[in-house]
Amino acid sequence: MTATQAPGKSVGAPISRVEGHLKVRGAATYAYEHRLDEPAYLHPLQSTIANGRVAKIDASRAEAEPGVVAVLTHENAPKLEAVGDAELEILQNGEVGFRGQFIGAVIADTFEAARYAAGLVEIEYEERETDADFRPDRDDLYTPEQLNAGFEPDTSVGDVDGALASAAVKFDATYTTPREHNNPMEPHSSIAVWDEGELTLYESTQGVYWTQNTIAPLFGLDAEKVHVISPHVGGGFGSKGLPHANVVLAALAAMLVEGRPVKFALTRHMMFSVAGYRTPTIQRIRLGADAEGKLSAICNDVVEQTSKIKEFAEQTGTSARMMYDSSNIQTTHLLAALDVAVPSWLRAPGEAPGMFALESAMDEMAIECDLDPVEFRIMNEPEKDLESGLPFSSRGLVACLREGAERFGWDGRNPTPRSERDGRWLVGTGVASSVYPVFSMGGNAATIRADSDGKYVVEIGAADIGTGTWTTLGQIAADELGVSFEDVEMKIGDTKFPNASGAGGSSGITSWGSTLVEAARSLREKIEAEHGGNIPDEGVEASAKMPKNPHRKEYAMYAFGAHFVEARVDEDTGEVRVPRMTSVFAAGRIINAKTARSQFMGGMVMGLSAALHEESVLDTRFGHVVNHDFAEYHIPTNADVGELDISWIEEDDPYVNPMGSKGIGEIGIVGSAAAVANAVYHATGTRVRELPITPDKLIS
Amino acid sequence: MKPYRYERAEDISGAISALADEPEGAFLGGGTNIVDLMKLGVSTPDVLVDVRRLMSDDIEETEDGGVRIGAAVPNSDLAADPTIRTRYPALSEALLSGASGQLRNMATTGGNFLQRTRCVYFQDTTTPCNKREPGSGCSALDGYNKNHAILGSSEHCVATHPSDMAVAMAALDAFVVTHGPNGERRIPIEELHRLPGDEPERDTILEHGELITAVELPPMGFSSNSKYRKVRERASYAFALVSVAAAMDVEDGVVRDVRVALGGVAHKPWRATKVEEALRGEPVSEENFRAAAEIELSEAEPLSENAYKVPLARNVMVRTLSDLSGEGR
Ligand SMILES: Cc1cc2nc3c(=O)[nH]c(=O)nc-3n(C[C@H](O)[C@H](O)[C@H](O)COP(=O)(O)OP(=O)(O)OC[C@H]3O[C@@H](n4cnc5c(N)ncnc54)[C@H](O)[C@@H]3O)c2cc1C
Ligand code: SF4
Repeated sequence: MTATQAPGKSVGAPISRVEGHLKVRGAATYAYEHRLDEPAYLHPLQSTIANGRVAKIDASRAEAEPGVVAVLTHENAPKLEAVGDAELEILQNGEVGFRGQFIGAVIADTFEAARYAAGLVEIEYEERETDADFRPDRDDLYTPEQLNAGFEPDTSVGDVDGALASAAVKFDATYTTPREHNNPMEPHSSIAVWDEGELTLYESTQGVYWTQNTIAPLFGLDAEKVHVISPHVGGGFGSKGLPHANVVLAALAAMLVEGRPVKFALTRHMMFSVAGYRTPTIQRIRLGADAEGKLSAICNDVVEQTSKIKEFAEQTGTSARMMYDSSNIQTTHLLAALDVAVPSWLRAPGEAPGMFALESAMDEMAIECDLDPVEFRIMNEPEKDLESGLPFSSRGLVACLREGAERFGWDGRNPTPRSERDGRWLVGTGVASSVYPVFSMGGNAATIRADSDGKYVVEIGAADIGTGTWTTLGQIAADELGVSFEDVEMKIGDTKFPNASGAGGSSGITSWGSTLVEAARSLREKIEAEHGGNIPDEGVEASAKMPKNPHRKEYAMYAFGAHFVEARVDEDTGEVRVPRMTSVFAAGRIINAKTARSQFMGGMVMGLSAALHEESVLDTRFGHVVNHDFAEYHIPTNADVGELDISWIEEDDPYVNPMGSKGIGEIGIVGSAAAVANAVYHATGTRVRELPITPDKLIS
Repeated sequence: MKPYRYERAEDISGAISALADEPEGAFLGGGTNIVDLMKLGVSTPDVLVDVRRLMSDDIEETEDGGVRIGAAVPNSDLAADPTIRTRYPALSEALLSGASGQLRNMATTGGNFLQRTRCVYFQDTTTPCNKREPGSGCSALDGYNKNHAILGSSEHCVATHPSDMAVAMAALDAFVVTHGPNGERRIPIEELHRLPGDEPERDTILEHGELITAVELPPMGFSSNSKYRKVRERASYAFALVSVAAAMDVEDGVVRDVRVALGGVAHKPWRATKVEEALRGEPVSEENFRAAAEIELSEAEPLSENAYKVPLARNVMVRTLSDLSGEGR
């Protein structure tokens, strides 16, 4: 849709992405594509052991190759500051903490020469025994101090053991989710250039300031000496949130060839070793209920993995703390620290694996209690957030379940497994809830300039990782300025614009949007107060910081959703197909109906992918992911994605932020895998508690 | 990737002699497999001799009622050919179930037979693999072997052959015509691919520099009643976990003749001769199909992660045979 929006009426409209035409023409400049003079190309050296040290490195053959400019190793690498981050402090000694870790790089005039010469570098290791075995019965599991996003690792309300002991209906089962790797279309890419002690990074990042703030201290620089430019990003799913070692490697290499830009894009293989991934999880869920099906105990005990060189603790159990009503709730998290790459964010860290287990268990418990799984959820709806004790700013789960049931045609469902078939296909349906917190991140500022011709320029160092931010931020600013969308020009994705948080935790619109609203108000006030309501000939500008939201202390803030899935399972082969999914979301005010739909859809498909396909297979003998390409690591093809019915309910939440919006980037993936698994159970009578649900788990 | 030379020969004999003095050289068909393997450092030819233009890209009916397929025929053309679709539907279905439209446009009939295993350790030069580096050991034996062989493997290699097309060709009794340093050969498809034994580095019986120039499908009265069924982990664009190609001649409820081949279970397209023997002359019934399939699979030796392939292969055989016999529901 390109029709002009009336002034003040942009928010909510299905406006097409402003940069869409650039993208379809290939004219949008992604990180690797910036044209700079005489670039050099980097190909990394990656460790082929998982634990030990580089004993000897002989680069003479590589250095002799035509086109090779330099070989970077720990022997000649510039020194980095010790910031206490072993993932990023690469090449400072020969230590190796995981297989695939960067131990050097070849820099050459062409990509091909760099890649070929990298194979000529001879490396000898002193190898130590590899421990990459992720098991729940290890004797060295430990409780981390805190989980990702600052959550408590262990929580307990009431007396779970007592409640379980006396429950009329008890349920106890263990679910596992596999290691999964973020694989945005655009792999991580950088161009690094040094000029008189200042570093410019053309980056593919979820946050230019996150990159700046992480990279600058490593090189002993003040933040403003690192310039980060990232106008377009081909996806990240969390893996481009916090910078990984690839950025450091490019910057170190560029120091060796001072003045010459160094280009480095990860290959798809490398995406499976150095760019973060989702930890595998083992979750023991225990539920207790009275004879009517009212929950009395909810418990999720989580075991997950981290790297010995740097801790990352996924908040897998947190959704069990607030999802359903119970006087007794307990969650725990234990970590196994292994000789493996460092896990990190992958779309909905915590909620995605946690809600697979909880929502599968809720389905199983509904069956135990002889209740419809929709009604079972509704009857266990809490009145407040049991973790914080605060009321919800809005909670649309019941509305989503009801609306979804209606759209999907849930009523009259025969609960008996294997009750419907179509030829050799067993047909089943399943439901699951979804949730995602409304996060907001600090450190945002924006500047808006008004010109006398009535045009506005809005600057903020925000990111568009394919989500539509270029467009949605313009809509928010236009409405608050009271002008039409076409009169607002956005400037984002560069540290030359005011400070901003990154695209992560579905917090972008809340954080950046609140800031823009504040800046727009200041500008209007300024025009009113200082210029009598008219924009002066020389133009006028105003800046603002993100205001504090006083309601954060008063309310618990979450978005909710419900997924309904039909699954078909071939009785002979165990092949699963999902012809349709209906998902309904309650996510506050929707800023752009078109880009929002894409966000929900992407999340739902990623949940389907987690349910049926994705699994990174780590060979514990070698310590690396052996199915490290798209032929072996499966994601859905178009043929795997059926009809997607996506909608949302009207939700007026005056507390979350000035727009009344909630983040929507992650909620689509939460719960969708459980809905698929529940439908597969209903179709076949086989409960698969280990994702992904591949044919081998259903064949008999 | 190792630097290499690219050459084109004038004709078939030129191509063969071009490789005679190049022990590390290779032919180039569509390049969809060998070029990938070169990027991975798995194949390291000094020279690629492009043979695509030298060989026929025609599909012709032969005097005896069979069909002759030039080795340069792209997979997509072969799948779409009206004669193949009506008289050998299993072959067309097998081709269409493989790879993607773009790949099938590039891939040649000759190259398809000779694509190499998708074993992850074979494709990764940092892990031991007897097929890639004889004597280094087989990483799959005690590793990730979910997709590996259940029949005919050895302690040296448990890889499977990945081609869908070749499985259909095996069920259709195809012959592969080659020209090599020692002249012309006509090889029954059954003999083209090898079991690994103690020489897993050799996928086929072809000699260095031996060029596949054509494939011949003999006349088979009942090949029009043939089918290919591929089981995979997603709806499209994935290699077979198990596949079945079968053709059946049924009269008055009795199996007069039958051909069955399995994919995804062995180092070569696996012709299920025991199933065929057990069924010839027997009445059509699901029980008989199941019993026959079980005889074939009684020798299966699954690995740590692929025991599921035994019931899967059985079920897919039963289902495909039932469908062909008109007994399927
Ligand atoms: C992503 C992906 C998915 C795929 N999925 C499938 C699938 O599902 N099912 C399936 O069956 N296949 C699949 N394939 C494999 C594909 O079918 C093969 O790559 C293709 O058939 C090889 O044919 P080509 O002509 O490109 O061979 P090339 O790559 O050119 O050659 C392959 C080998 O054969 C040799 N060679 C080529 N032509 C001749 C000849 N005439 N005589 C002698 N030697 C010759 C070459 O030297 C080389 O060793 C997939 C491939 C990819 C990349
Ligand atoms: S199965 Fe064969 S190809 Fe795979 S690792 Fe073993 S020897 Fe190599």
